[in-house]
Amino acid sequence: MNDDLDLLYTDVEESLRDAVRTLMARRWGPERGIARYDGDTSDPGLWSALSGELGLAGLLVPEEFGGAGASAREAAVVLEELGRAMAPVPYLTSAVVAARVLVKVADKELAGEVAGGQVAALAVPLSAAPDGSAALAPVTVGGDGCLSGEVRGVAGALDAEVLIVPVTAATGTQLWAVERAAVRITPVVSLDMTRQLADVDLAGATGRLLADGDMAVRAVDEALELGAALLASEQVGLAQWCLDTTLDYVKTRRQFGRVVGGFQALKHRLADLYVQVETAHAVARYAAVTAAADDPDRAVAASVAQAYCADVAVLAAEECVQMHGGIAMTWEHPAHLYLKRAKADQLVFGTPGNHLVRLSPLIDLPARGTAGQQTAD
Amino acid sequence: MADQELDELTAHVSDFLAAHDPRALGRREFLRARFDAGLAWVHFPVGLGGLGLARESQTHVDALLAEAGAPDNEPERNTIGLGMAAPTILQFGTDEQKHRFLRPLFTGEEVWCQLFSEPGAGSDLAGLTTRAVREGDTWVVNGQKVWTSGAQTSQWAILVARTNPEVTKHAGLTYFLCDMSAPGIDVRPLRQITGEAEFNEVFLTDVRIPDAHRLGAEGQGWQVANATLMNERVTIAALPRPREGGMIGVVADTWRRRPELRTPELHSRLLKLWVEAEAARIAATRLRQKLAAGQPGHEGSAMKLGFAGLAQRLSGLELELLGADGLRYADWTMRVPDRSDFTGHDAGYRYLRAKGFSIEGGTSEVLRNIVAERVLGLPAEPRVDKDIPWKDLPR
Repeated sequence: MNDDLDLLYTDVEESLRDAVRTLMARRWGPERGIARYDGDTSDPGLWSALSGELGLAGLLVPEEFGGAGASAREAAVVLEELGRAMAPVPYLTSAVVAARVLVKVADKELAGEVAGGQVAALAVPLSAAPDGSAALAPVTVGGDGCLSGEVRGVAGALDAEVLIVPVTAATGTQLWAVERAAVRITPVVSLDMTRQLADVDLAGATGRLLADGDMAVRAVDEALELGAALLASEQVGLAQWCLDTTLDYVKTRRQFGRVVGGFQALKHRLADLYVQVETAHAVARYAAVTAAADDPDRAVAASVAQAYCADVAVLAAEECVQMHGGIAMTWEHPAHLYLKRAKADQLVFGTPGNHLVRLSPLIDLPARGTAGQQTAD
Repeated sequence: MADQELDELTAHVSDFLAAHDPRALGRREFLRARFDAGLAWVHFPVGLGGLGLARESQTHVDALLAEAGAPDNEPERNTIGLGMAAPTILQFGTDEQKHRFLRPLFTGEEVWCQLFSEPGAGSDLAGLTTRAVREGDTWVVNGQKVWTSGAQTSQWAILVARTNPEVTKHAGLTYFLCDMSAPGIDVRPLRQITGEAEFNEVFLTDVRIPDAHRLGAEGQGWQVANATLMNERVTIAALPRPREGGMIGVVADTWRRRPELRTPELHSRLLKLWVEAEAARIAATRLRQKLAAGQPGHEGSAMKLGFAGLAQRLSGLELELLGADGLRYADWTMRVPDRSDFTGHDAGYRYLRAKGFSIEGGTSEVLRNIVAERVLGLPAEPRVDKDIPWKDLPR
């Protein structure tokens, strides 16, 4: 717990927000998001603008690795805006999670390339929580140095030029860098098509060893923990869009001769939602600033953020649909984009339930055991 | 605050402590000196207990004084005075009033209570019926107030009364500082759901208040009262809280001490509530940072809304966690406590008392209206009483 960390935004962070918001307004819109569900994956240059013009892919990569040497504070602001715009860019999966793995294993060259905009993806299911499960990777390596096995439900793989693959070897867990050309990537029809998943078949692939043993497992866990911490900012951006859009709607939609926003049945729910979205802002910010400061509380902060913000984002999206009424059930209205992303995000990097279980020993509230025996099950 | 400012403040506190040994002086004497040194509430002006600094610097001062073993002013004995009366007097008082009242209020020599609510005016406070009629330089007050904590032990009260029934209800109110020892004040304990009488009914019969004790202009009472209530909510909402401070700490402690009570279902609910308590705590920290950065807002109302529900669910969980022990209650005897003490009681008391959290200081329903209308900009409730003179309202 650290109350001295600044939970507000700096001027630099605010101008970063403006830059991303302006780019999204210029090149992206909900109709393009909806088109993704109809198979239109055309790229309006979002990623090249984000990573190239704005140079945001390297925020979390140190300068000596060729990155911008910024911190999770700034990356979180980018994610708030991407969540608000519902942009289908591999920022979270490449610039946050994959970049963090590469920095942890000190692969300067690849980290530098990712900082420059090359897309990398960590080959774990998007639902993987930071719980050491990389040690149980389904991919194995044979005596001939070739990999075998499949990883299902990987996010960011469709855009990736390189995959970072946890591998179960005879000596323990390893991390490999595998070129896209060496694997078979099959798109998955996903609940959230603005972050489409893919199944990655590694049979016969070869690659380069990045790390092995505890270091490999730790790097994956730390990257997933950072992913969980910063996903909260995406969820907050998403929830804020839902709240703002719903408020705009209920202030203009008239029934019974009044704008429907004047009915207490809606006013009171919106007030409650506002309280939760404001609280989620604070919680997501705390997760970002503890990660940025490498504060000892960052593990607790990340799990609190996912346990809290994931549900708030779903509630905001569900209330958005309900309070819009029938129009929100149509394909043309963007509310469904946000509902699908919010519900999918609830399962990303661990569900709220997974994070409660993860918190239990961290905050000394064990499920079982005896008094004075401070370990959880 | 800038490092240099902080260093200067630290030096000022050290100088003060060197000149006023907290262990040698009595509590009263020490607190008077503290007020005079501007260390009572550093965000108040110089000469009125402050130094004109940012509000959050007070935490630093309090920590230094506590470290030196200085006595505090027993804030739990004077919550209304410190949290509500003082900032309102500072904002609306005459120079004379500020100099007369703030110092003894801070030192605890004069404890304050609040005479706002009435049996017929709760959420609709502006509809109150207690009348104040002017006779020369004096106001004569008649009426009945309720939910007054500490009325027996208070020397002063903040009071809102109707001075003009001919105008609309909000326009006809005036705010007074009322001497609780004045003839005509009758305090009767009001026994409540917990068995004790934390509150009182206060009957006012021909109570005479000098016009010099009017706070703000005649007819300005609603505006002054709102300042008081906003202060209350912001003060409560932005209080620094350690992790596991308050209700969650009590339940977590029971969980750790008594493994035989643990079940998977309670575990999952406890963890969820722990996360909610922590989320509310971080949100309060952020609110404090916003206030310090001068970003005002109605977040105080929003925070109170969140805290009330959380404390209620936690106090309910605590009884279930205690199992058989949850069926016992410490004491139903009628008694009058001398301070409010929530966590010092047993679980049954806490469960019952927490029900008031969503009623006192603005019901959760009224707060939702405030948030919806003033923060989110949604249409106001239809009002049938707004433009009618108070005397013509149906009642």
